[in-house]
Amino acid sequence: MSTTHSDLVAKKPRRGLIAVLINLRESWVGMVGLAIILFWVAVALFAPIISPYDPLAIQTPFAKPGSPAPDGGVFWLGADHIGRDILSRIAWGSRTVLIYAPLATFCAYVVGIIMGLLAGYQRGWLDILLSRVGDIILSFPVLLLYIIAIQEFGRSNLNIVIAIVFGSAPGIMRIVRGLALDIREREYVAAAQVRGESNWYIMLTEILPNARGPLIVDACLRLGYVIITIGILGFLGLGLPPPDPEWGGMISETRAMAMIFPHMTLAPAIALSSLVLGFNLLADGLRETSLKD
Amino acid sequence: MSQNPPLLEIENLHVSYWTRAAEVPAVIDFSLSINEGDTVGLVGESGCGKSTVAMAIMNYMGTNGSIKSGAIRLRGRDITQLNQNEMRILRGNEIAMIYQEPMASLNPAMTVAQQLMEVPIIHQGASSDQSRSASEQMLSDVHIPDPARIMASYPHQISGGQQQRVVIAMALLANPSLLLLDEPTTALDVTVEAGIVKLIREIADKYKMTQIYISHNLGLILQTCERVCVMYSGQAVEEGSISNLFSHPKHPYTHGLFNCIPLPQTDKNDAPLIPIPGQLPLPHERPTGCTYGPRCRAFKEVCGNQGVPYEHIEETDQHVRCRRWSEIKPGDLIPDKVPMENAQIGDIVLDTKNLSKHYEVEGTSRNFSTMLGFKETVALKANQELNLSARHGETLAIVGESGCGKSTFAKVLLGLETSTSGELTHDGAEIGTIGVRDRQQVQLAALQIVFQNPVDTLNPSHTVGAQVGRVLKKFGISHGKIDTRDKTLELLAKVKLPDEFYYRLPRQLSGGQKQRIGIARAFAGKPTLVVADEPVSALDVSVQAAITELLMEIQREYGTTLLLISHDLSVVRYLSDRVVVMYLGRIVESGSRNQIFEPPYHPYTEALLAAAPIADLRVKKRDIILEGTLPSPLDPPKGCPFTTRCPRRIGDICDTTPPEEQISVGGHRIACHIPLEELSQIDPVFAITE
Repeated sequence: MSTTHSDLVAKKPRRGLIAVLINLRESWVGMVGLAIILFWVAVALFAPIISPYDPLAIQTPFAKPGSPAPDGGVFWLGADHIGRDILSRIAWGSRTVLIYAPLATFCAYVVGIIMGLLAGYQRGWLDILLSRVGDIILSFPVLLLYIIAIQEFGRSNLNIVIAIVFGSAPGIMRIVRGLALDIREREYVAAAQVRGESNWYIMLTEILPNARGPLIVDACLRLGYVIITIGILGFLGLGLPPPDPEWGGMISETRAMAMIFPHMTLAPAIALSSLVLGFNLLADGLRETSLKD
Repeated sequence: MSQNPPLLEIENLHVSYWTRAAEVPAVIDFSLSINEGDTVGLVGESGCGKSTVAMAIMNYMGTNGSIKSGAIRLRGRDITQLNQNEMRILRGNEIAMIYQEPMASLNPAMTVAQQLMEVPIIHQGASSDQSRSASEQMLSDVHIPDPARIMASYPHQISGGQQQRVVIAMALLANPSLLLLDEPTTALDVTVEAGIVKLIREIADKYKMTQIYISHNLGLILQTCERVCVMYSGQAVEEGSISNLFSHPKHPYTHGLFNCIPLPQTDKNDAPLIPIPGQLPLPHERPTGCTYGPRCRAFKEVCGNQGVPYEHIEETDQHVRCRRWSEIKPGDLIPDKVPMENAQIGDIVLDTKNLSKHYEVEGTSRNFSTMLGFKETVALKANQELNLSARHGETLAIVGESGCGKSTFAKVLLGLETSTSGELTHDGAEIGTIGVRDRQQVQLAALQIVFQNPVDTLNPSHTVGAQVGRVLKKFGISHGKIDTRDKTLELLAKVKLPDEFYYRLPRQLSGGQKQRIGIARAFAGKPTLVVADEPVSALDVSVQAAITELLMEIQREYGTTLLLISHDLSVVRYLSDRVVVMYLGRIVESGSRNQIFEPPYHPYTEALLAAAPIADLRVKKRDIILEGTLPSPLDPPKGCPFTTRCPRRIGDICDTTPPEEQISVGGHRIACHIPLEELSQIDPVFAITE
């Protein structure tokens, strides 16, 4: 054998995330989305450097954007009703949303993918059972589910993640199930069956990788929804416990004064919607570029 | 030649598609003139530009394609200069087109009547009554029984052959002067195809309609056309009358195509097929000079310098695009071939006794109990009492049209389904009732399959090396990473692919290359029996030959039994040692290759043989067109399964009593009520004249 292993490895094609990102360069919509997301990731990473003050420190209530702070600095985005610096709170708040939204989405995907693969590949009573359970959950107003669940089990980070998994997994299951139903009829799946592969091997190695295109697009959209959901839960007072800064909670706390001091509500609202917009644009871009493959 | 000006004149046509990256020339310098009433075949492999020519004639190339230069004149009027409105009047009225997939051509939400009646109403301004009677008349002209019932049906309620007849009727209703047929029978079964081909010939005679028949199948072109134009890589490479071109092809590519087709007088051992080396160049990688140059066995330096002109051969009707056509002798184009030895036929590997497979399906009847939710189940008898056996090293072919149960048998054999009754033994052990999960590893490795569809056979997410290596690891052929990689590379070499393919993804491979990987995967576990389910039917002619030869070579080397499932009788005749013919879940005839292809025939085998197109002028065939459609397997005839369509039906006994198998010398079995002596009197379906 003249070819060595390293010769072959050099010819290994670029795959996975890198290939997806290389393709994404073709779509300016996707690139804008990615830029917005990377901006917020940077803000979250460098929150201690960016924020001029302690996000919990009480200073000048209702300070306008650009007005001077007691220590000679500037409230770049103003201060809220009890005098906390809004810029600092947004910077620290971005950490909360960028940790819990991806975490909850990821967990929802693990659950949804397993359910969807089982339903779509195994069929039979398992499919009927899982699909009906999913239908029942989806037929409830999701928000109502969240409210009941969180009030029942208490406000905590873990409960928010669990509630989101519970509400999102059935939707993911439906997508995965539909894709699996199609892919299970392919000849390479039959080839795996003929050589006696286990069901889990077939589901995870033969079917799941071929469902990744639509799932990556859906994941970006869903991340956007989850960010909104966490915001809404915060707004309804069911979010992460105060006083830790959290965008939904910031909007909620200041909304009564929004007519007089709009900056207090607008800043977190713009932050929230820009991040959601970023994920939606990224999803659009991925859809556009993945279709060309 | 004709005094009248030609009906259609295509002059130096260039068509290109524009992609984001670059311009892709699809048709280059294409010229063709067609006289009124001519039938011209356009033949070539996928990607050669034949469909693009048809689309250019319709001036319908989508948003990214356009005619770059050249003229298409219909009765002297250049249609490339027409605007959309003028073109719309032309389409349908003057030029009509029939596509490959009849179900995709018909609107599933409209009845046949609505779709047919539109045509006279729009094109001739006919009244509703006029167009209804014209439509019904046309349906009976295309030999659809009971037109009134078909008119009221939706497309999905009628069979594929009938759908295509409806499409043809629709095209004819506007009485166009030019009919474009783009692979009109490719999606159909072979006996149905024979009926459509006969109809197309009839239309040409009856209406004197000019036709352009696009196909990859030279045999079909021979049956339907008077003239033929061979295309390669966007160019016409040869053109001439059927009789000249089929008897004295001039261009090396045409030669190559003929050498790739198994002809009735050849045999796998004494006359192997000669595949065309290499593959069709991508449009942006076409070589300078002759585009066929890199694959041509008669290539000389002079061919590669500059573009080759399309030359008219003096005193003939032939055109050719080759610099050296006058110097090349057919012998130059054929490499030295070594006659192969017959493989050693050993003991029985596979044996079945009265094997049946029934599926329980929900009944279609509606009555009180089904309304209450009690489901009625009906047995769909996919396989009934199959008796067959295969020996070590032998190629056993199972022939039949879609729905005959050949794939179901393969599924039971591989353990994807379990049998309902009867025995199926492999190396003496019963496996028919054992599903794939309960089989031992040795049995799994021993029984493998090569699939039909190259697009689907490999997992698009994994590299070639990973997919072949997985089989080696799974069956304990290799141990450890390095060993697996080395053995995978050995296998790649065996299917004649270089090491670079190890890390390729399926989408980077051509159809033939994927099929090679599929073969490597099937043979990785050193199987004793490989099912080849239509292994070449989705491939181009030149690739088919290469894959067929490869399959045989590997089979010889491993001494594997090959179970060839196919509807293509020319491939079966070429490859197989023994043949089983199935119809509606039953075996109607079985025997050695020669027994099957010579009388006595079962009437169904006879019809199948007559239906298969053969690309050889010397072969004269009888015409047998089967009437009617395949009965539903849910409600098969009580007697002989073939009784509803049999042209040799002898009487009520065929309807009421299932025929016994008649066994003649050498184990040739025919299940028919007609006595063997009488069946032996029947003339052969084809005769070879010199």
